Amino acid sequence: MRLTLLNVIVAVVLAIAFAALNAAYLVWAERRGAARIQRRPGPNINGPFGLLQPPLDGIKLMAKQLTIPGGADKIMFITAPVLAMFPAIMSFVTIPFSDTIVAKNMSVGVLMIFAFASMGSMSLLFAGWSSRNKYSMMSSVRAVSQAVAYEIPMLITTITVVMIAGSTDLMEIVHQQSRSILHWNIFPLLGNSHNLLMPFSFLIFFICTLAETNRAPFDLGEAESELVAGFHTEYGSMGFGLFFMGEYANIVIGSCMTTILFLGGWSCPFGLFPGVWWFILKLYLLIATFIWIRWTFPRTTIYGLLNLSWKILIPLSLFNLLFTAGLIKVF
Amino acid sequence: MNSPILLQPDETFILNVGPQHPATHGVLRVKMEMNGEYIVNAETVIGYIHRMHEKMGELKTYPQFLMNLSRMDYLGALGYSHGHVLLVEKASGIVVPERAEYIRAIMVELNRIASHLFWFGAFVMDLGGFSPLMYALQDREHILDMLEAVTGSRLTYCYFRFGGLYNDVDDDFITAARQFIPRMRKSMKKYHKLVTGNIIFRKRLEGIAPLSKEMCRKYGASSAVARGSGINFDVRKNEPYSVYPEFDFDVPVYHECDSLARYMVRMDEIEQSLRIVEQGLDKLPGGPIMPDKKPKLIKPPVGDYYQAVETARGSFGIRLVSDGGKNPYRLKLRSPTYSNMHLFDEACRGMMIMDALAFMGSLDLVIPEIDR
Amino acid sequence: MIYEKIKTTLSSLFPDPVPVPPEEESAGDDQEKKVKSPPPPRQDGLLEREYSVHGYHLDAQISPAQLIAAVTMLDDAEFFIESITGVDWIKDNQLEVVYDFSRYDFDLCRVVIRTRIDRQSPVVPTITSIYPGANWHERETHDFFGIKFDGHPNLIPLLLPEDADFHPLLKDFKA
Repeated sequence: MRLTLLNVIVAVVLAIAFAALNAAYLVWAERRGAARIQRRPGPNINGPFGLLQPPLDGIKLMAKQLTIPGGADKIMFITAPVLAMFPAIMSFVTIPFSDTIVAKNMSVGVLMIFAFASMGSMSLLFAGWSSRNKYSMMSSVRAVSQAVAYEIPMLITTITVVMIAGSTDLMEIVHQQSRSILHWNIFPLLGNSHNLLMPFSFLIFFICTLAETNRAPFDLGEAESELVAGFHTEYGSMGFGLFFMGEYANIVIGSCMTTILFLGGWSCPFGLFPGVWWFILKLYLLIATFIWIRWTFPRTTIYGLLNLSWKILIPLSLFNLLFTAGLIKVF
Repeated sequence: MNSPILLQPDETFILNVGPQHPATHGVLRVKMEMNGEYIVNAETVIGYIHRMHEKMGELKTYPQFLMNLSRMDYLGALGYSHGHVLLVEKASGIVVPERAEYIRAIMVELNRIASHLFWFGAFVMDLGGFSPLMYALQDREHILDMLEAVTGSRLTYCYFRFGGLYNDVDDDFITAARQFIPRMRKSMKKYHKLVTGNIIFRKRLEGIAPLSKEMCRKYGASSAVARGSGINFDVRKNEPYSVYPEFDFDVPVYHECDSLARYMVRMDEIEQSLRIVEQGLDKLPGGPIMPDKKPKLIKPPVGDYYQAVETARGSFGIRLVSDGGKNPYRLKLRSPTYSNMHLFDEACRGMMIMDALAFMGSLDLVIPEIDR
Repeated sequence: MIYEKIKTTLSSLFPDPVPVPPEEESAGDDQEKKVKSPPPPRQDGLLEREYSVHGYHLDAQISPAQLIAAVTMLDDAEFFIESITGVDWIKDNQLEVVYDFSRYDFDLCRVVIRTRIDRQSPVVPTITSIYPGANWHERETHDFFGIKFDGHPNLIPLLLPEDADFHPLLKDFKA
């Protein structure tokens, strides 16, 4: 496939559309899923199965006035929601959905995604700090300490995978896992490394994704029973809408990364018919797990959360990194 | 431009939790002096929905005041009415038929289960788990349906009369109640599996907000707050009233003193209440629900009377000073959460805000009942 | 038996045995006569009450000066505080503060401590230093009756609005 300017533009537009569509319809999926878990119908009035609910919600949010609190820092206050959505969309550009479906594959794809992902906590900090609301401020402090704590084990785990693959190219990482389920990084019996600790790596990565995307049980930033709504307490209208969509876009990115790094991307478990459908299947299974966890578990405490990261996840992931390095050296 | 809030390391700031806050379940305000996430000092401000029930008690005649009691604690309304009717009956020497007393006990216990179920859901929601609330409300719905069929209302009952009841139970109620008991027991197993066994849930409650026995005594705490601190105090056992001595039930007492203990006490209480309802249905005698001989006008003789009952939220006391007239001279309502909530200021010092709010949830607050 | 014990302890507050006034309720039959000539206010002293009628066992009326001593006795005997409230005896031109105490154990004994004060200058000492839980009860009583609790750390309106200067449970209160 030759990259022309037109190609890139089309691809970027598609990426944005995919991100926005996912964000909107994941809200619907989450509400329906939550309703199913809680034995109630959920949104079912607008359109078949309530499928028109997200666009109508969008219209409602856009029709509302964006109020800026009197004491707020205006520039930061307006930047924050944009900053929540922007990195998530940019990350989609480099995610390979299959051999051919990728907007722009880069040899440093992993780096780029993490660079953008760490911008997400900036938006929380901006939102909380500029709102001039004590609840928002406490929430942003929490969100940043949480982001710092969970980016470290996440990155260390990713480095482990990158080390096994020998590349930061996402395409290359998937290609190396493409032969069968036993080549996947989650359970690599065959393939480059025979590291049996990789399932734990996968778990660490998944927990970190939960924490990085501010999802329950790690949704301390917006712990609504304590901090009202956390960093987006003062946001209404599309400001709130962007935060909301950004959260879901981040979930999609996190699940995409988990799929690519650990679950073999678009490859089939049995080496048959690889293609984008496998990617989508894995992606939505992971997202369903996100929703399932959210509506099952209560929230952790901020100290429990930080303890988990600094005392358990970071040492474990470091050990795994060393162990993998040793294995690669020996074999 | 105003600068955003900046803090010196040892500088504190005031955080107003409430009067409108998701964790306070009503209009309660706690003025917290915070150092980061830690509470340095807290001052509870109540009275936002104070309605002066005690003055209403003086202005209304005895039967007119019956409906006020259920407006105090809207979740466990029948327990409060029970205290009121028992007091007036005791003061004016009205003898209640046995059947009426049994039905009262059954209704109060069903109402207690409903109240605890709502608390259970709301408490887990305070901790960030949403789904148990929906399950709990579904079970509560069965109780409300049963109570509605007999009492005519779903929340603010006015079912008890001096000397008896407004309406007799029918076979439908008995069948429904008998079906409800095994269903509720099954649900309890599910709740224990889903919530009590959850590691995050336990970690958030174990060892949080220990309340010593001494502290409970100094503040006059009752209900699960006292029983979770190892105090075996239940008015139904300590100061038996109505037909409770006829029932075989236990008072769950936990000695851990923490929020989990208070949670466990209430969960066990649901099971004990089910036992009482079961026995009540078995023993339910026939006969009238109102006494044959009852004074037309309730005029308790001159004197000072006190009656305590165990409601869903603890020991509810009601004091009547009668001057022999058809209105009470003075009616004092001692609400249990008033004393339980009072603990909060002292107990939450040094806690982190999320633990403090979990602790607040474990106190089982109903704000109209505190404010009266 | 805690009942006997606390009875003896509380009796020590009344060195001179006062003539115990007749039980108010014993006059149930000639009630109409009673209404015509109201009885004089009760004298200080310790009364044993019939639990099945009144709902408490001991009823001690003391002077405000003895309050701290009496409450300390109950505290030492491990009573818990139920409530504090007031009663407005407007005909006697007196206010009564009523303290309810009870016990957590099965040794059932409810004690009521009352003290009567002048309606014009209602001041009683606070018991918050003994029972911190009395704080809100005293504030509430101050709200409703205007009774001042001497030494109370924070005697501001609790249930009434923070600028309330009225006392709704006084019998001469007009809304």
